Amino acid sequence: MTATTTSAPAIRVRGLRKSYGDRVVLDGIDLEVAQGTVFALLGPNGAGKTTTIHILSTLLAADAGDISIGGHDVSRDPAAVRGLIGVTGQISAVDKQFTGEENLRLMADLCHLGRDEGRRRVVDLLERFELSDDAAKPAMKYSGGMKRRLDLAMTLVGRPRIIFLDEPTTGLDPRSRRVMWQIVRELVADGVTILLTTQYLEEADRLASRIALLDHGRIVAEGTPSELKRLVPGGSVRLEFPDESQLDRAAALLGGARDDEALALNLASDGAVGSVRAVLDRLDAASVTVDALSVKSADLDDVFLSLTGRREDEEVLVP
Amino acid sequence: MTAMLVTDSATMLRRSLRRMRRYPSLTFFIAVIPVVLLLLFAFVLGGTMGAGLGGTAVASSRDAYIAYVVPGILLITAAGAATGTAISVAMDMTEGIIARFRTMSIARSSVLAGHVVGSVIQSVLALAIVFVVALLIGFRPTTGPLEWLAALGLYVLTSIAIVWLSVGMGLVTDSVETASNLPQILLLFAFTSSAFVPTDSMPGPLAWFAENQPFTPIIETIRGLLTGTPVGSTAILAVAWCLVLTAIGYLWSRRLYERIPTQ
Repeated sequence: MTATTTSAPAIRVRGLRKSYGDRVVLDGIDLEVAQGTVFALLGPNGAGKTTTIHILSTLLAADAGDISIGGHDVSRDPAAVRGLIGVTGQISAVDKQFTGEENLRLMADLCHLGRDEGRRRVVDLLERFELSDDAAKPAMKYSGGMKRRLDLAMTLVGRPRIIFLDEPTTGLDPRSRRVMWQIVRELVADGVTILLTTQYLEEADRLASRIALLDHGRIVAEGTPSELKRLVPGGSVRLEFPDESQLDRAAALLGGARDDEALALNLASDGAVGSVRAVLDRLDAASVTVDALSVKSADLDDVFLSLTGRREDEEVLVP
Repeated sequence: MTAMLVTDSATMLRRSLRRMRRYPSLTFFIAVIPVVLLLLFAFVLGGTMGAGLGGTAVASSRDAYIAYVVPGILLITAAGAATGTAISVAMDMTEGIIARFRTMSIARSSVLAGHVVGSVIQSVLALAIVFVVALLIGFRPTTGPLEWLAALGLYVLTSIAIVWLSVGMGLVTDSVETASNLPQILLLFAFTSSAFVPTDSMPGPLAWFAENQPFTPIIETIRGLLTGTPVGSTAILAVAWCLVLTAIGYLWSRRLYERIPTQ
């Protein structure tokens, strides 16, 4: 997973800014992505993830900043950048009226692959993305997961060395998400560089060697997944009791934060089976009755709370 | 670079043609409006209108009017095809695949070029349908094959100009509904030209407008090439208008295409 090469980074961004009128979308972003690694931009809706991808993939012009993709400047030489990259955006970029195979053939033609090589590549990709059986079906009849797979397959036709994936698994069922993760891992094993955006900490954790946390157009934290997680408090365990006396006794025994209205107690915990069992054993030994127990692991909410001092869905007034 | 433009445009054209083959009803639909207009003008209004042209008996004045109106109806066909172009461009721009094309290393103009060539082919197909109907109701071109070919050539030139303009109309709107309405303005131009009545029968300012707008010299030239009325310098004017409108439509569309919002 870790790149040992000291070669130039595949993606280098310095001081990227973008505003729409008075609304600042990106407020000075710096990024560096090493070749052959996965970098995750993690953040809630509206953080500026998609705008970043659009600018890096030559779809949108930045207001300020230096951006180099594979050694080419995005604003000075967008054509060279386009020759290196592949993009799978949030909005499905397949031609819905065409079949899966026709979509891939279209890409092969546009990548100037030539008849035989194009045909081979299409067959390969259909197989690899488990679309062979539905190759002759129009894409509008595909399920969400199939459409997303076709979308990514189309991106891969030209064998791009740098790939941008904008929320590749949002809205996918768990199985399709796993398939997508597997594909990303295979691509990186082939030496491809991937910049992906996600709203899910788990996804960033599983795929990326580095994560940047984006909030209101700024990067509020950056590091390896474990570095980032150290900044974040662990999960919590919530215990519910049948009456107030039980809650009193449990609180005296364990501490934690009382929720008197719900007769519940919130405890900081890593959520591991052993530590949960230890808590229950202590309550059991003191003959305290527990009605219900729920475990909540650290999620994006917690990351946000700890790094920005507010919940991600909280409305914030821009100064 | 040019080789890439040709290859990529050919790929995009194949995409347009494949869509057309999949939905042949659109081409048919484009031909329906001019056919209905032709029948309406020939059989409902033709007798009276023909009398106004200077004919005598009702039956022969109808034939005279058919000979007069068919070139105009052919131009209406080209203008009507614009609606199809604007709609398909506007619909295409709502698809994510356009964003994909714009991040790919392909000739920038090829996406629009594919639409344009596809639409011109569609327009010529519609023209064929309308022309067959015109022949069935008694229209007879009085000139030779060379003139017919020249008329077809001018039709294609006109169609290219109209299609580029309607690509711009499809790009400038943010909804498919507006895209289908904007090209109606072309039909208005067709009605205020010499398509249905000679311009000298119109009141002063309108007659001036009708004489000096692009459709009139184009229609007069096609009319001359099909029915032997004098062409003269209108042919040069017609071709010049086509080139100017094509240039405007092309530059306008390119500018809009570069600026499409990405979300």
